[in-house]
Amino acid sequence: MNEIDFTLVDWSRAQFALTAIYHWFFVPLTLGLSFIVAFMHTIYYKTGKQEWKNMTKFWMKLFGINFAIGVATGIILEFEFGTNWSNYSWFMGDIFGAPLAIEAIMAFFLESTFIAVMFFGWNRVSKKFHMLSSWLVAFGSNISALWILVANAWMQNPVGMRFNPDTVRNEMENFWEVLLSPTAVHKFLHVLTNAYVIGSLFVIGVSAWFLLKNRHIIFAKKSIVIGAVVGLISSLFLVVTGDGSAHDVAQTQPMKLAAMEGLYNGEEGAGLVAVGMLKPGKKVGDDKDEYVFAVKIPKALSYFSYRDFNAFVPGINDLIYGNEKYGIRSTEERMEKGKIAVESLANYKKAKDANDSKVAAESLKLLEDNYKDIGYGFLPDKESSIPPVGITFYSFHMMVGLGFYFIIFFILALVYTLKDKIAVKKGFLKLAMWSIALGYIASELGWVVAEVGRQPWTMQDILPTWMSTSHLNTGTVVLTFWLFAALFTILLIAEIKIMLHQIKLGPKEERS
Amino acid sequence: MFENLSYLALQQYWWVIISLLASILVFMMFVQGGQTLINQIGKTKIERSLLINSIGRKWDITFTVLVTFGGAFFASFPLFYSTSFGGAYWVWIIILFSFIIQAVSYEYRSKANNFLGQKTFDTFLLINGILATILIGTAVGTFFTGSEFSIDKLRITDINDPVISRWETPYRGLEAAFNITNLSLGLAIFFLSRILALMYFINSIENKNIILKSKSVLKVCVFPFLVFFLLFVVLLLTRQGFAVDPVTKIVSMEKFKYLHNLLQMPLVLIMFLIGVVGVLAGIFLTLFKESRKGIWYSGVGTILTVFSVLMLAGFNNTAYYPSTYDLQSSLTIENSSSSKYTLTAMSYVSLLVPFVIAYIWYAWKSINKKRIDEKDIEMDEMKY
Repeated sequence: MNEIDFTLVDWSRAQFALTAIYHWFFVPLTLGLSFIVAFMHTIYYKTGKQEWKNMTKFWMKLFGINFAIGVATGIILEFEFGTNWSNYSWFMGDIFGAPLAIEAIMAFFLESTFIAVMFFGWNRVSKKFHMLSSWLVAFGSNISALWILVANAWMQNPVGMRFNPDTVRNEMENFWEVLLSPTAVHKFLHVLTNAYVIGSLFVIGVSAWFLLKNRHIIFAKKSIVIGAVVGLISSLFLVVTGDGSAHDVAQTQPMKLAAMEGLYNGEEGAGLVAVGMLKPGKKVGDDKDEYVFAVKIPKALSYFSYRDFNAFVPGINDLIYGNEKYGIRSTEERMEKGKIAVESLANYKKAKDANDSKVAAESLKLLEDNYKDIGYGFLPDKESSIPPVGITFYSFHMMVGLGFYFIIFFILALVYTLKDKIAVKKGFLKLAMWSIALGYIASELGWVVAEVGRQPWTMQDILPTWMSTSHLNTGTVVLTFWLFAALFTILLIAEIKIMLHQIKLGPKEERS
Repeated sequence: MFENLSYLALQQYWWVIISLLASILVFMMFVQGGQTLINQIGKTKIERSLLINSIGRKWDITFTVLVTFGGAFFASFPLFYSTSFGGAYWVWIIILFSFIIQAVSYEYRSKANNFLGQKTFDTFLLINGILATILIGTAVGTFFTGSEFSIDKLRITDINDPVISRWETPYRGLEAAFNITNLSLGLAIFFLSRILALMYFINSIENKNIILKSKSVLKVCVFPFLVFFLLFVVLLLTRQGFAVDPVTKIVSMEKFKYLHNLLQMPLVLIMFLIGVVGVLAGIFLTLFKESRKGIWYSGVGTILTVFSVLMLAGFNNTAYYPSTYDLQSSLTIENSSSSKYTLTAMSYVSLLVPFVIAYIWYAWKSINKKRIDEKDIEMDEMKY
């Protein structure tokens, strides 16, 4: 018998993580900046003022530079489900493929068609059609986010489907349940508001540099106003959508929530860690303290998780060993049921082939009764159902901390601009430049929480990563990992260098 | 309305959509063909800039068609996605790599401070132009020649060896390029993409030298295209094919299967003939009638030809992705498709396609209604 090839699984995960992380460097700016450009373009269309045209053209150019590399890193993600996760592609393809196809049909064509009009249309199409094209690009990119996030949300919370033992895969039963699952809705709103925050941080940061250099003062101030208004509204909404996401995680992925909080022993009226440090070497089931120190907001975790200050929030130990009082089954029990499901599936298929309808019917009954635990039947041991706690915990808290920082930042940006003091606040302007990087860090951390926190599942409770890969040599994936790493790094350097140069050139002072 | 269709009808409907997307993709690969011609046609910097900018405003549509083709294939025939992409790993990775480097090259090639230099980005475009056309062609060739893979869905119950589709050769798809039928299709598509690109240049650029040079290169490209295309057609129609018994679903080899398919589906035969005539008519009008609209004849011809060839692969009880390693692992539109529910839901989504085509057409016309010329460069309206 072979052993599970964890090196293949880990390299496949590393490759997917690498491409996803790179892709996510570019997507939020595309989402956020596209609307800001469309907004400026509209002001130009309404007023006909040359300064707004210059402004639109400048931000549009930066948008284009960023968009190209987003497209380049995006194509590989779609196909990687097939190349590196071929088992997943079959086992879930009936549901998972649909949003990807819809994304292409509904969104990508809108983007790619009208982006050409947006860039080349200045003297070729009517002003109105040109301005509308900017909006269509923005809508296209945001609709694309919707569908890919529906796909991702479904992996975290598989709904609207049933397992078909004859085809050995999960099949869609209700499209609307997949599309409108609360997980999908929260994820979409949270990611989108995050993208608008990044777009705003970018506009303010770049404009701050102009102010520090004493160039394009009016342009920079106007851009900052737009950035600060969009940013402030978005960052406030970001808190609301983040709360919705965390609440949803509590219902659908309690293990992820426990990891986010570093919570080992569940409690009623659980506090939310505001600041804390995990004790290194802490293992499931030992009696070590969870934290070196932790400042908690009393009862807040219970409230955010279940909208009840005294609700019980299960910890990792409760989920592994079970907790009868709260009706939580142990992982071992679920593993046993899962193994019955896996075995019944094999028996069912063999009985079908042998035309033994009695055994087939019995096996099918057993399979259906235990299917919701089938994923646990693939676990080698109970500990393998725990995600990396440290990474999830710190990523979550840093992300939340930065989220609150952005609110204060946008308020200050707005106040300084409205009082016309922004140009003299040199310290704040420098901070604004660095805040661009903070926006990206917060955003990537959010994905780390979502994706590392859901390990080991590619599909929550149904299929772990090591059952999802393609039948490949580890060496092959190692090679493609490094090829992608090298290529994406080179392209990223090119992108940043071009971007910085274009920013230095500044907006063209065209005269009408 | 789609609910009333039978499962088989939905599977066929989706095979038609996949074939249509693939044929539009082959047409749109004139962008790739154009990328291999920049230095051959453009003798001055201005000429090269005109060429790049003319195809540069179309590259992302080609790219999107490819992505849509992938997504639609995933949604409608997930077992193909799982088997081919995970199995023929290297061939797909190389194709994808070539598209990654293409996607940035237009935007970055002429920008200052671009790290790699214009030459590198132009080389990226050239690499994409050569590899994407030839390799996609050879990959499609395997729809008729087969690949070495096996499928056993029960493997998923074995935690230590759970992958249901397995590629049974270490060459991971690269072996396809060493088959004469596949290669002749790959090279035919390569030369066709160049022919289409030349006609696109003639159609969309206002520059005497470019038009003259395009015509002379077109003459050179026609011959190898015809040789490889005819070779592919002859090999295809004379080879054994992968027939599926409509009752038992057992796959077996049938002599002249694709010729039989062509003759048993007269509509496909007619489309194929009109398509070939269309491609040739476009070339003829361009070379001998001073027409600048050859691209439309050859473009529609390309779509009809490729579409009918793919009909031969999937319809009339044929396995469209055959396995030469284990005939019974071969994929048919029936055994590899999504569930009836998903195909029905996706069929509703497909109703958007005519709308999408309409706005692409409208946007294309509004941007291309005035040919690009040197004045555009002077006015700094050139992006790339």
